[in-house]
Amino acid sequence: MASEAADTQDNQQGRSAGQYLANHLRDYGMVLALIAIMAFFQVMTDGTLLRPVNITNLFLQNSYIIIMALGMLLVIVAGHIDLSVGSVVGFVGALAAVMMVNWEWSIYLTIPACLMVGILIGAAQGYWIAYWRIPSFIVTLAGMLVFRGASLWLLEGQSVGPFPRQFQALSTGFIPDLLPFVKTIFGVERMNGFAVVTGLVIAGLIVWLGLRARARNCAYGMAAEPMSFFILRNLLVAGAIVFVSYKLATFRGLPNVLITMGLLTIIYAFVTESTVLGRRIYALGGNEKAAKLSGIRTERLTFLTFVNMGMLAALAGLIFAARLNTATPKAGVSFELDVIAAVFIGGASMSGGVGKIVGAVVGAFIMGVMNNGMSIMGIGIDYQQVIKGLVLLAAVIFDVYNKNKQS
Amino acid sequence: MKPLLEMRSITKTFPGVKALNEVNLTVMEGEIHALVGENGAGKSTLMKVLSGVYPAGTYEGEIHYDGARAQFSGISQSEGVGIIIIHQELALVPLLSIAENLFIGNECATRGIVDWHETFQRTEALLKKVGLSEAPGTLVDRIGVGKQQLVEIAKALSKDVRLLILDEPTSALSEKDSQALLDLLLELKQQGVTSIIISHKLNEVRSIADRVTVIRDGATISTLDADSDEITEDRIIRDMVGRDMAQRFPERESNPGEMLMEVRNWNVWHPEHTERQVIRDACLNVRAGEVVGIAGLMGSGRTELAMSIFGKSYGRRISGEVLVDGAPVDVSTVDRSISAGLAYVTEDRKHLGLILDETIQRNITLANLPEVASVGVISEAQEINVAEGFRKAINIRTPGVFQKVGNLSGGNQQKVVLSKWLFANPKVLILDEPTRGIDVGAKYEIYGIINKLVADGKGVLMISSEMPELLGMCDRIYVMNEGALVGELTAAEASQERIMSFIVRS
Repeated sequence: MASEAADTQDNQQGRSAGQYLANHLRDYGMVLALIAIMAFFQVMTDGTLLRPVNITNLFLQNSYIIIMALGMLLVIVAGHIDLSVGSVVGFVGALAAVMMVNWEWSIYLTIPACLMVGILIGAAQGYWIAYWRIPSFIVTLAGMLVFRGASLWLLEGQSVGPFPRQFQALSTGFIPDLLPFVKTIFGVERMNGFAVVTGLVIAGLIVWLGLRARARNCAYGMAAEPMSFFILRNLLVAGAIVFVSYKLATFRGLPNVLITMGLLTIIYAFVTESTVLGRRIYALGGNEKAAKLSGIRTERLTFLTFVNMGMLAALAGLIFAARLNTATPKAGVSFELDVIAAVFIGGASMSGGVGKIVGAVVGAFIMGVMNNGMSIMGIGIDYQQVIKGLVLLAAVIFDVYNKNKQS
Repeated sequence: MKPLLEMRSITKTFPGVKALNEVNLTVMEGEIHALVGENGAGKSTLMKVLSGVYPAGTYEGEIHYDGARAQFSGISQSEGVGIIIIHQELALVPLLSIAENLFIGNECATRGIVDWHETFQRTEALLKKVGLSEAPGTLVDRIGVGKQQLVEIAKALSKDVRLLILDEPTSALSEKDSQALLDLLLELKQQGVTSIIISHKLNEVRSIADRVTVIRDGATISTLDADSDEITEDRIIRDMVGRDMAQRFPERESNPGEMLMEVRNWNVWHPEHTERQVIRDACLNVRAGEVVGIAGLMGSGRTELAMSIFGKSYGRRISGEVLVDGAPVDVSTVDRSISAGLAYVTEDRKHLGLILDETIQRNITLANLPEVASVGVISEAQEINVAEGFRKAINIRTPGVFQKVGNLSGGNQQKVVLSKWLFANPKVLILDEPTRGIDVGAKYEIYGIINKLVADGKGVLMISSEMPELLGMCDRIYVMNEGALVGELTAAEASQERIMSFIVRS
């Protein structure tokens, strides 16, 4: 309590950005870590990491992990875990392949059908977890085996492909330059004007929303960050977005999957932070009994988080299959570990009730940049695994350490 | 007869509270000594001092056992000299056998390898001693609470017990099992085992105790002797409750209005022990502007009654009717109970009432989020207004509503829980031990809030183990014992003696 009171006091007196950061290391630690890791690999790979083609690749490679991390965050915040998502990715990819290649279904039928199957899978697992109170670890461990086996059976052990071009566009397509006149203004030969403008607009939006929230916080006397820190943070974020969109523009523009991922991230961030539904999920994970005694239908909420996870896993399965342009029985193996690691690196708590969408996305990028950077450097898969494992452990230790320091 | 145990001037202080103040207790060799007192009088603390749960040095005073000064630093030492406590909550492992339970931590083993033959033989001998005819291999899970109690006693005997302490041994037992247990105690007495029995059942105390010590508010009040025939229930009750009404309560004009809530023929069975009925045929009512109390001992079923009414949050096979404003309402889930106009403020705010890691603001709005949201989107501005409103109205002492409730003091946490339920705008509030674990100043403030609620025409049903609180606050008091409402008293009729006599005589 004393330290909290001191916090508020310091706020009133205003402090330097550095001090503020030191006190909120838990909130910004992982973003700093991501920046440090990117800087490290940028140097070690002689600038390859941030080349347009590689930035594009980073998004394509990690989109499905990030999409699943959104759902996994909700599951983990609700106090559960889902080990089956990797197998669901494989199963849905296989199902889509069978539908399109063997049965010659159109993609407009295949995609909704596959998402529906994902929802049903989530519902089937969530039912036992929510209403029968069977530990999610066990139910989804069973699901992991079941759907791995089911995809083997569907594909009869073979790879099935290739897919129609339209389907591949789900993952490897790009938004065409809708604003071709922009590049003539800038006078750059090879540049996707739409991507640049989108980047500028989003950066502007973020700054505007930030300013609005700041004004509101001040009006209600909420602990606000020092102005210097606010400016620095927004400059960094806006700068990063403009930089990335410019880089993408000089390659092939905005990948479709980046748009999907970006929209979903915004939606889920909004749902978790600003809606009744999101608030109730945090309450459920924070103290299930208290939530229940406050009139929250905890069983139904738990059920819905798994339904949602199933749907996102199915979407990830479609995107992953589209990227490989073939469905293989091995698709999605151990994805669940990357997804869960991303969520925990992003600051979620194993016991539930704590975690942010943005954190999970940052966590996924930390894993993604490390994978990518180490591969460019030619580090063997053996070392890669060891290093990734240690980073996960370090991230969680860092989080626990900061938590203990706070209380 | 010489004393086996003498506890002299025991004083035990917790931060802020003097739990025991110069308590004396003398237990003679070979007697059955009853220790009685209200909840929170200090009986359990005294027994924890004796057994070394609170090691020597953390309390003042002296313990003499078997003629020598005893300074136990832990349970293993006190057990070493034959002092064994059997707690109210039995310490048996349900999925292990009787034999395994008897020798847990004390296995018949050589170099870590258990000798099952010897274990079973010794178990059979011990079970015979306590008159339990079960196979040593039976899982503890499979036998009733009464028999489990006997297993605990057998376990004590296996450790060569000289002073056996039983904490409310019969509170969970049926009449028949209780009698068997008491008979066993008398038999053990013949064999030279001295016992201390903590009990609220005065008829039991009278039937087996040689002497009775009454403790009240952490001090010894009296020690009564069976031989001189002074153990009467009236005398014990007077000693148990006869304290001054030191606490003050804010004034309130009492004028009950329309009938707000009625509960009819409420029956509830235990969620796990399905054959045990927890609430029997409870009927009660609360009027607008009325504070109605429920008195009773711990474990009498008051919380179970309240929680089973509120969204059937406790128990199984619940039957009965709840009426609000004269019409039957659906209380089958918590959200339906809330919309029917009920609110339940739990006795266990840390586990059932609050999300400790969340802010005050988010805790206050939790039971009525739609009120601060439109189309499912929460307006944080509105939410802050609501929280700030409560902070000022009922004086939650905090730098801001963005504080985590885990950082607040007990009294302020209780105010947050109250705010949460006030924000849900109920007609009837069920308050379960609303002032437990909070300081005197905060208590007075809570009483003020309760008075304001009834002045606004709400009804309050207040469960409390503190009788002065009930007497000071309530217009009417129900007395509950063993799952049944055994008495009803108006404020004018009620006294601590009358409430206690309803409890011990039912």
